[in-house]
Amino acid sequence: MSTRIPLPYTPKVLEIFKNPRNVGPMEDADIVESAGSPACGDMIRLYLKISAGSREEVIERATFESYGCAANIAAASILTDLITGKTLREAWGVSWKSVADELGGLPPIKYHCSILAVGALKRAIRAYYSRVGRHPEWLPNDLTVEEKQTLEEEQMIERMYSGHLRNYNLRVTIPKGSSNGESSRS
Amino acid sequence: MSVEELLKAHGRPSREVYFDNENSGYVPREVVEEMIPYFNSVGYGHPSITHRPGWEAYEVVYKTKEALAKVLNTGSVNEFSIVHSGTEANNLAVLGYALASRERKGKIVVSAIEHLSVIHPAEEAERLLGFKVVRVPVDSEGFVDPEVFKELIDRNTSLVSIQMVNHEIGTIQNIYELSKIAKEVNSEVVFHTDAADAFGKLAIDLKKLEHVDMVTLSSHKIHGPRGVGILFTREGVRLESILKGQLSSEKLWPGVENVPLIAGFRKAVELAFENFDSHVAKMSELRNLLIKGISDRVSDVLVNGPIDFSRRAPDNANLSFLYVEGEALTVELSINGVYVSSGSACSSRILEPSHVLLAIGRKHEEAHGSILFKTTRYHNREDIEYTLEVVPRAVSRLRSISAAKKT
Repeated sequence: MSTRIPLPYTPKVLEIFKNPRNVGPMEDADIVESAGSPACGDMIRLYLKISAGSREEVIERATFESYGCAANIAAASILTDLITGKTLREAWGVSWKSVADELGGLPPIKYHCSILAVGALKRAIRAYYSRVGRHPEWLPNDLTVEEKQTLEEEQMIERMYSGHLRNYNLRVTIPKGSSNGESSRS
Repeated sequence: MSVEELLKAHGRPSREVYFDNENSGYVPREVVEEMIPYFNSVGYGHPSITHRPGWEAYEVVYKTKEALAKVLNTGSVNEFSIVHSGTEANNLAVLGYALASRERKGKIVVSAIEHLSVIHPAEEAERLLGFKVVRVPVDSEGFVDPEVFKELIDRNTSLVSIQMVNHEIGTIQNIYELSKIAKEVNSEVVFHTDAADAFGKLAIDLKKLEHVDMVTLSSHKIHGPRGVGILFTREGVRLESILKGQLSSEKLWPGVENVPLIAGFRKAVELAFENFDSHVAKMSELRNLLIKGISDRVSDVLVNGPIDFSRRAPDNANLSFLYVEGEALTVELSINGVYVSSGSACSSRILEPSHVLLAIGRKHEEAHGSILFKTTRYHNREDIEYTLEVVPRAVSRLRSISAAKKT
């Protein structure tokens, strides 16, 4: 069909795609943040359980839901593994590159998958501090590269496509004895 | 990272069913065997040169054209040009015509769902040669409305290109009617139809299609080898070669004909038309089982293309699985031995899914979840039954991960 992308996925991407970890919504999540959209064909929702210990907040649990290609699912899965047990400050230091490296590399055309995953994480961390009403000195005011690119992707699709509503056509009629597409037409 | 490692991690499923016949596919043993002698025992010479291996090669080229003339019901063997692919044939039809008519210029009318090997050359003719491209909209099933079409043809129209069968959604256009309308409005119009996906699936009668001037065919769509395309050009239509070089026995294509592949293509034509009606009936029956079976087993599935199957190519099943992304689904199905392609975008900064699905009004997220299956005479009921086990499981697993569920 229209898009043909060579997929030199690493065996690790394929393995995680087959058996992703930390999948699904988290009922007692403290923060839920998404990046991307179904219209982009690429979306990650991140759920974080954060324990505010005596000194620093720690990500106790992280789960995800993903709508996207195999690399998107693998990136989201490995990100949840990478950040579990980390303080928010440490998690902030996770870059899209480190996620890609952890997957054994991604094809360049799929870099945006790890960018989107990290974009969702950074949004979640900002959302957490905004909710508790605190701004740690290590948290930059300017958007990081992952947040900027995530935003760009979302805005681009919005411009390209202004959500028109349509009715789904779910009818299927198979005429009796139908075989050939009517050859007399041609 | 090697592909070998990737395939090892991928594993081997218990059964394999290949449905990606849009993008290429299976070449039967008889076709392969037909090609082998032409590499080194007979006809390995240049078909334009006067020695025995050359004459033998020429005979292959000639007999291939004869076979085509017979199955397409046309008298003249000389109206067939053998090129390298359907893509090249479409390029030759559009750009070759534009080059030969660059003094006259005018409008090139194409449907919005043409193959990109028609749309891109038309845009090139606009950019480089001063033609104007007019796009004919299609309805939600991919049909060109004859009334709308008629309004878009005028004295300035020089070339029209409308597919006989759409490659993605299987829409069968009424080419007879459209070509007749075009000629009625402007008798000077040259009418091209890309019939790559109609060949071997619909009966094509070039005598009846008297208003059609050029037709594209492709070898690999009928289980022939890749690397052979055909452009039928009615006598009197002027084209200019888009490749320049030493002219060969082909007027519109310089270079040495690939005789072994052409021999294979001829065999594929013979096989496809030997029991044409039963082949088509089989594709159609299996395709119907597939669509019906999936619709019964999976919720939130859209059928892309004509719902009335008598107006749809017999091999085509194009379905959108909502809430899953097509590329992930192709990988998941592949792990389970079902090989398909998707109209999803999933390419980084472009994010543009299939232009065909967008043109029929599918939303982006519907196009992203689309999967194309094409049945063939080589499939059987067990293949469909296996697919009907695998697809619901695959969709269900990806939906269980999906962040795009009804919110």
